[in-house]
Amino acid sequence: MTDTLTPVLTDNWDADRAWTLASYEERGGYAALDKAFAMTPDAVIDTVKDSGLRGRGGAGFPTGMKWGFIPQDNPRPKYLVVNADESEPGTCKDIPLMMASPHTLVEGVIVSSYAIRANTAFIYVRGEVLHVIRRLQRAVQEAYLAGHLGKNIHGSGYDLDLIVHAGAGAYICGEETALLEGLEGRRGQPRLRPPFPAVAGLYASPTVINNVESIASVPSIITNGAAWFAGMGTEKSNGFGIFSLSGHVTNPGQYEAPLGITLRELIDLAGGMREGHELKFWTPGGSSTPLLTPEHLDVPLDFESVGAAGSMLGTRALQLFDETTCVVRAVLRWTEFYKHESCGKCTPCREGTWWLTQTMARLEKGQGDEGDLDLLLDQCDNILGRSFCALGDGATSPISSSIQHFRDEYLAHLTHGGCPFDPAASTAFAPVGAPA
Amino acid sequence: MSHQPNGADGLERAGLGEKTWAEMREIADRYPEKRSGLLPMLHLVQSVEGRITPEGIEACAEILGISAAEVNGVATFYTMYKRKPVGDYHVGVCTNTLCAVMGGDLIFERLKDHLDVGNDETTEDGKITLEHVECNAACDYAPVMMVNWEFMDNQTPESAVQVVDDLRAGREVHSTRGPRLCTWREAERVLAGFPDDRADEGPAAGPASLAGLAVAREKGWTAGADRSATESSGAKGESK
Amino acid sequence: MSTTDKAPEKVDTGLVTLTIDGVQVSVPKDTLVIRAAEQVGVQIPRFCDHPLLDPVGACRQCLVDIPDAGNGRGFPKPQASCTLPVAEGMVVNTQATSEVADKAQQGIMEFLLINHPLDCPVCDKGGECPLQNQAMSNGRGESRFAERGGIKRTFPKPINISAQVLLDRERCVLCARCTRFSEQVAGDPFIALAERGALQQVAIYEREPYESYFSGNAIQICPVGALTSADYRFRSRPFDLVSTPGVAEHDACGAAIRVDHRRGKVMRRLAGNDPEVNEEWISDKDRFAFRYAQVADRITYPQVREDGELRPASWTEAFAVAARGLRDAGAAAVLTGGRLTAEDAYAYAKFARVSLGTNDIDFRARPHTAEEASFLASHVALSGDVTYADLEAAPVVVLLGLEPEDEAATLFLRLRKAAQRGRTQVVSVASHASRGLTKMNGRLVPAAPGTEVEVIGSLKDAEHGVTKDAVILVGERLAQTHGALSAAADLAAGTGARIAWVPRRAGDRGAVEAGALPNLLPGGRPLTEASARVDLGAAWGADTLPAKVGRDGNAIVAALAKGDLGGLVVGGVDPDDTADPAAFRAALDAARFVVSLELRETDVTRVADVVLPVAPVADKAGTFVTWDGRARSFDAVFANPASLPDLRVLSGIADELAAIGHGRPLGFRTVAEVRDEMQSLGPWDGARPALDAGKAPKPVKAPRKGETAFALATWKQLVDLGSMQDGEEHLRATARRPVARVSRASYESVLGMLEAQPGGDQLVTVTGDRGSVTLPVVVADMPDGVVWVPARSFGRGVLAELASPGSTVTLKGATS
Repeated sequence: MTDTLTPVLTDNWDADRAWTLASYEERGGYAALDKAFAMTPDAVIDTVKDSGLRGRGGAGFPTGMKWGFIPQDNPRPKYLVVNADESEPGTCKDIPLMMASPHTLVEGVIVSSYAIRANTAFIYVRGEVLHVIRRLQRAVQEAYLAGHLGKNIHGSGYDLDLIVHAGAGAYICGEETALLEGLEGRRGQPRLRPPFPAVAGLYASPTVINNVESIASVPSIITNGAAWFAGMGTEKSNGFGIFSLSGHVTNPGQYEAPLGITLRELIDLAGGMREGHELKFWTPGGSSTPLLTPEHLDVPLDFESVGAAGSMLGTRALQLFDETTCVVRAVLRWTEFYKHESCGKCTPCREGTWWLTQTMARLEKGQGDEGDLDLLLDQCDNILGRSFCALGDGATSPISSSIQHFRDEYLAHLTHGGCPFDPAASTAFAPVGAPA
Repeated sequence: MSHQPNGADGLERAGLGEKTWAEMREIADRYPEKRSGLLPMLHLVQSVEGRITPEGIEACAEILGISAAEVNGVATFYTMYKRKPVGDYHVGVCTNTLCAVMGGDLIFERLKDHLDVGNDETTEDGKITLEHVECNAACDYAPVMMVNWEFMDNQTPESAVQVVDDLRAGREVHSTRGPRLCTWREAERVLAGFPDDRADEGPAAGPASLAGLAVAREKGWTAGADRSATESSGAKGESK
Repeated sequence: MSTTDKAPEKVDTGLVTLTIDGVQVSVPKDTLVIRAAEQVGVQIPRFCDHPLLDPVGACRQCLVDIPDAGNGRGFPKPQASCTLPVAEGMVVNTQATSEVADKAQQGIMEFLLINHPLDCPVCDKGGECPLQNQAMSNGRGESRFAERGGIKRTFPKPINISAQVLLDRERCVLCARCTRFSEQVAGDPFIALAERGALQQVAIYEREPYESYFSGNAIQICPVGALTSADYRFRSRPFDLVSTPGVAEHDACGAAIRVDHRRGKVMRRLAGNDPEVNEEWISDKDRFAFRYAQVADRITYPQVREDGELRPASWTEAFAVAARGLRDAGAAAVLTGGRLTAEDAYAYAKFARVSLGTNDIDFRARPHTAEEASFLASHVALSGDVTYADLEAAPVVVLLGLEPEDEAATLFLRLRKAAQRGRTQVVSVASHASRGLTKMNGRLVPAAPGTEVEVIGSLKDAEHGVTKDAVILVGERLAQTHGALSAAADLAAGTGARIAWVPRRAGDRGAVEAGALPNLLPGGRPLTEASARVDLGAAWGADTLPAKVGRDGNAIVAALAKGDLGGLVVGGVDPDDTADPAAFRAALDAARFVVSLELRETDVTRVADVVLPVAPVADKAGTFVTWDGRARSFDAVFANPASLPDLRVLSGIADELAAIGHGRPLGFRTVAEVRDEMQSLGPWDGARPALDAGKAPKPVKAPRKGETAFALATWKQLVDLGSMQDGEEHLRATARRPVARVSRASYESVLGMLEAQPGGDQLVTVTGDRGSVTLPVVVADMPDGVVWVPARSFGRGVLAELASPGSTVTLKGATS
């Protein structure tokens, strides 16, 4: 049996000065480099393919397959870009990883770049996390000085430059083509695909874009082998992942476990819901994944099972809300978020989120009528799958799922003439056991 | 080649200073293609000017050989770039759903009241700019407040008021998971890729980041291999 | 098509067959679904899509249902047909047959309208608005947004983004056609999207207006009323306008235009769609400069001079007075501007030979040389080796004495398109890398004025890539350096590259073909060929034609001053455009009799003995021959019986001259008759004369030794003080600021060390033998000892008030 929790990426976070090269190397860090350099790049790709690692940024696309799409006969330079723009509401795993152990990511970047034959790599990190950026800058500097980056790394003949690039505040840059636009110094608006980044990405060159956690997982796969990784998790969702528990749970935080663990198990590990309260609704993978309810507590948290339950695994951003929380207020706030973050490129997302927000705001204030719920669902139908990228789709998820599960609560706002909840009761600093 | 139609070809505009011009060029030169430097260059402009100024926009345009309209389009797309002067400390209260529910809304209201400013406004003494911000990837520390993009975790209205009072009084304030707070302009300089000396301050991880690890340690759970192991693959691979 | 009896073999036609709304259609590979649908008669609504811009898929209006992508699987959600290429076996259901597609489109339309002001009754676009039209055809009748109390986004009403272009952000649907056009086609990204989300908007940078030579195209392709022109705003309704196709008269590109008019007045001009010439774009000059024909100083009736004063006269009297005056003046010559239609130029050419009995005729009312006349006869007349499309296929295009963005704007756009595609390298021999060259990613081969011959010679080196597939475009300014045209011809001959001449004015090439030159007869007939003269004389019913090669423009001016010539017929010449304006004016004064055919009062009409009004292009049919030898015919926009083409006026004078024993009638009175005559005459089919560079002119004064002697480089900017832009205050206000350009070393030698000048520009005074001008000075990558100034952007221009191009001028710093 695999253990319930499997700390790999988080394993050194409690080490003294874990972010330093000394600490990282003391625990065997950068050993994966020599092992990788002893393999051919294709063999590295095959190992990652065999491990079954799937993208940890939300979509779950097989990482090794993505690498295999890079046309190696293309004469242009190849690039690796790490998506460290973690901004999906509820998602909070990459930021602590880069803060505590930036070298894990740097080591992963080197191995991954070697595999796809890139000589330049970028970490596109959101700008709003100053200390994380400091730690990344320092780690890269240390890695250069130690010969892990630069020319002829470890005598292998392989060269790699790594650039830490700070973003400037745009959720949409988590979308990989918008991220490339940002990295090229443009407005972060998604690009038309095809061509896909693997063919024409950064500077119209073949480019792999991977999430922080995906890349950070690579050194452990190289070190311990594909079978080790594939031995964890479920049949189609291999390996471990960081599960981020937040909200009305006793011990919120990062729990690294094999994919397939259930929320019930995780809440249990986290000391249960906060005292005197019970779970009302939750997101499995950030606000863009449809809400689930306590009836889904035993759904294995892997790509397939969460999908079958009508949502998405996403980034394993488990935001837990108890019965003190007004779902309409929660959804309105997310809707406002999507409106604020809509890039403006396509009509349904730009105009739709503008309108959704107004409809939601009226409902939250107890104005409007039941017809507004049908209008909301029809607006969502006109956005979902009609938008240029997934941001618009994400905006509809909380709305349609909340109406599906909590239609009566919307209606209660109408009959109550406003929100029937006390917002103070849901705060972290509310008196213990305060009634809803 | 500049696109400036006014014929300022080759003539640098004054305003930013030689050092800043040189640093902006240095940023552009970090990248395979210069234009990639635009985002950090705009951070640098903010570190010098306290906001995005016309001089900053024009300097970026000239160095990168693009139009000022294009720079403006970028500068207005990203929310960290500010059109109005920012105070010494940018205080961002997360009011995305989870933090809002957990108390962010009340914190934000309290700070507006306490500082007597609205959203995206600066106190009269020029010390504090208050803004509500979107999810900052610290949900396990909700409700969260950012000061100059450093984490101030697990805030309450009272603790938030204390933070801004200390900042206005010039007292040293530490991030709950990081270093002594620097000024907003100093922070912007780091974002432009010019590190300061604070990387080693603060812990590796806050308590919530370690919550799962603590449980695993207590239970003796592992992933069945450690980083130095070389032959242990598949050790725990029996069950799927 | 097979003509054999065998069954046609299955060949790879590159066609893809798909089914759209149940109708099978075969279209070329890579065709987008939205255009394939047009083939079966289905118009899918769209906003961001434009066939000449890169697909973007932003507005999502064109969503269709794809139950089968050609691989047996369908798309689960509607797809944007403007970004989806066809696939073999694909099944597409548009709004015509699919409820899913129809609902998707209605949903998008509803979203687009929630923030739209719906102010169609006061919007210039009303009546020709794709948003309005498609909202009617693909939208719902009622707004659920408004009925449920939705709050629209509002912005302050229109803002000027240039003196000419206004932006109403509330109306904008953010399709980004304008910004994409400006970036992709014009290369002027002075408008860009700013802000984001629902607040996204098109914006300029506050200190940098949208001053592009092509800004009007952005207005034209705006699918809503967000962009309007100051020129046309609130002036008319599309359904009140009558549209007549036309050809732009401002350069030698022959851009197709559409003239929209009402009650005898042109209200606006739009780009016509001609894929072989201008595609769907025109310059702002072609679009906005048309009021020159409507200004107050337009001449509307004939006048004759009596007791020193001009007085009105009847046409009959004016013709008679002109004829008698010319007879009595002795030998007479003809000078025309470069703005004539080919038919009018032919009339002048015939008038000179038949009525005046001379070859003293020249259309080159600008600096010119004998070498150029020879070049026009040897390399230009009847040529048509190079077309617009050829530019896109050429690996290298060499520009010699030609600045396309200023002097041939339509050609510029095609060259830039070629360069943007990365297959064509533009190489320019010029004083400096202009903005236009930079936008074409062009390579400068710097040449100080006077050094062009050596520089062109050096282009034979392999590094420049001038091979048989290259194209050499020669501007009229190249003639200013003796030997340069011959060097260009040698380069073409030596490499096998094709060569084409690109004059600046619309009538120049037609005038060459029509024989408005001292050495060429109509149809490219060399004057020196006796058989050509005999044929032509027979066709014209003239016993003999004058055999002696005539005087060119410079010689005509000199001969008038000297008294060797007494009479002069001038058609559309601005004295300040001539090689030596002072000499030209003196020649007018010295002439014994001057007949002026003009549109408006000028310094010519003010001294002429007879002034005969002629029709602007809007009032007559005609033909402009483009730089690539294309005859671009157009009909009259207005039927104005009092507005006569030059050819009718000339035939009237010719009739009167014949009546008093000089020459014979021209034999035509209408444009149609001239066309018939030109047609039946046909082109010369004999050998082309050889190019003869002739004698080198007397060397210009050697530049004095010293730091302040500069060679003068100059050309006319597209938007300047030219008289055909008179009356266009908005257009003029978008002109590029006149500046002087020098190299960095020159700057420092004249003005001291180069330092940033906050808040102001350093001024420099340029002094030549005709005067001085003080302009802001900027540094450019040009040879030391050269100064460039725009030719017609200050005062009366370089020729009148500074110096002759290529001559030596001095510079010194100045204060404002």
